[in-house]
Amino acid sequence: MGGLLEVKDLSLSFGGIKALAGVGVAIAEGETLAVIGPNGSGKTSLFNCVTGIYRPVTGTITFKGESLLGLSPDAVTRRGVARTFQNLRLFLNMSVLDNLLVGRHLHFKKNLLHAALRMRSEEVRHRRRCEEIIEFLNLEPYRKSRVADCPFGVQKKIELGRALATEPRLLLLDEPVSGLTAEEKEEVSYWIHEVRGRFGITVLLVEHDLRVASRLANRMVALDHGVKIAEGTPAEVQRHPEVIRAYLGE
Amino acid sequence: MDLVESYRDDLRFARKPLTWILLGMLVAGLLALPWYAHASWVVRFTVIALYAIGVMGQNILIGYTGQISFGQAGFLAIGAYTFGHLKLLGVPFFLALLGAGLTAGLAGAVVGFPSIRLKGPYLAIATLGFGIAVYQIFANSEILSGGRSGLPVPKLEPAFGLTREVYVYYIYLGLLLAFTIVTYNLVSSYVGRAFVAIRDSDIAAEVMGVNLTRYKLLAFAVSSFYTGVHGGLFAQFLGHLEPQTFNIGESLTLFVAVIVGGLASVEGSILGAAFVILVPTLLSEYRWFVPVLFGLTILLVLIFEPLGLAGRWLKSRLYFQLWPFR
Repeated sequence: MGGLLEVKDLSLSFGGIKALAGVGVAIAEGETLAVIGPNGSGKTSLFNCVTGIYRPVTGTITFKGESLLGLSPDAVTRRGVARTFQNLRLFLNMSVLDNLLVGRHLHFKKNLLHAALRMRSEEVRHRRRCEEIIEFLNLEPYRKSRVADCPFGVQKKIELGRALATEPRLLLLDEPVSGLTAEEKEEVSYWIHEVRGRFGITVLLVEHDLRVASRLANRMVALDHGVKIAEGTPAEVQRHPEVIRAYLGE
Repeated sequence: MDLVESYRDDLRFARKPLTWILLGMLVAGLLALPWYAHASWVVRFTVIALYAIGVMGQNILIGYTGQISFGQAGFLAIGAYTFGHLKLLGVPFFLALLGAGLTAGLAGAVVGFPSIRLKGPYLAIATLGFGIAVYQIFANSEILSGGRSGLPVPKLEPAFGLTREVYVYYIYLGLLLAFTIVTYNLVSSYVGRAFVAIRDSDIAAEVMGVNLTRYKLLAFAVSSFYTGVHGGLFAQFLGHLEPQTFNIGESLTLFVAVIVGGLASVEGSILGAAFVILVPTLLSEYRWFVPVLFGLTILLVLIFEPLGLAGRWLKSRLYFQLWPFR
């Protein structure tokens, strides 16, 4: 198995608090890996380190054999890593379509003169790609709506769509089903499954809903207080005594 | 029926024939202004036209990119004095104007550097400092400001048998139209989307592949280019430059125009410019009252119509589109 993303010995601290202490995670091409753990166990910090928002103190992050350390977030995205956010970070005053088009930004051939003179052949080309995503996620009724006016469930879909628009090789999903109704959870899990099948994207997933996580993931990693406490198949990890202790106490 | 048939159709400047007709009527009305309006109104509209260009630039920065700057008077001074000096060296009008814009744009890119680290009120303070510094430099340097008697700017020689006022009005109106069209094009392109993305959520914009440094500096450069051109046109209009013209009050007036006109709106910028020019002229008897009125208007606008005059305009348009059903 060729590792697509390899994180080794990653440490990050905020003052005296150790958010991550020597975490190592490897994800192979085409697999879905779920990261679980109680609140504050370092799941989102791990994401932020990989996407270049935080600079880890020690450790290495290799993606397709290339180090991601020290790169700015946009440079990380350009190399094929996309993510969604736990608390949605959409462009609220733009239309759904424009949000997706921002996701296409890095694929645009950029020419300031074309922009100023309304030469829009690039735009038309990328619009086609965005429409595919809109169709895939059933966002047609909301295409031109302002994102702030869309219901929460739809906003979650838009975030997924916007991340897909960057055409990533690796997709980091930060709690994709939190706050959704039972039906919406079903829907989103189906799409995450499809993302792998249809677009061939590797998925790294942070999720509190263990039912959804274990259904989607091939493998699971559990974190607690910034330390990896278990790794294996979803069933193994959920029965692991350390994991039970972390969630339920002694 | 309003039916979009292709992606390209969706990206047109104005789609419906009625929009083109109304736009044509508006432009024709402005072109015919010297025939039906008093000469003083031609001059007023000239000032509005030059002001609207600066307000548009300021709106690109504040309204679209969300970077608050109080240093506009600095860029205005840089543009005006560059234009004045170039004109004195015998450079033709349009080249001098381009020079004014580019110099101010370059200064803007440099002033934009703090925006990579600073946000919101902190950036506002940093840019405010820049505006005051530029004012002080011009006020204390005789070489730059032309000394005690100020810097004279050679007047434009009218052509085509027009009076000077009308000739200048047409040139300024033409420039305003060009800048308006370019601004509409720019804000609806990938550049405009990147600007709005930075305003709405800078972290998400960065994670989507927008290079924050590049686009923040670009916003500053573009915005100060507009302000530089505004400064050049202002210098040409005044015919005489003194540093006192570019004090902090000028930055605030531009700011008022953006808020009253409407954040992130091109047509709002023009309306805002008209507001800050027309109100002092109409209240010429009560000059002392103008700053009070500006302050009051900002409060009222922010409370009752956060989208400014452009928001009002949008709502009235919607009303007539739905009429008579509502």
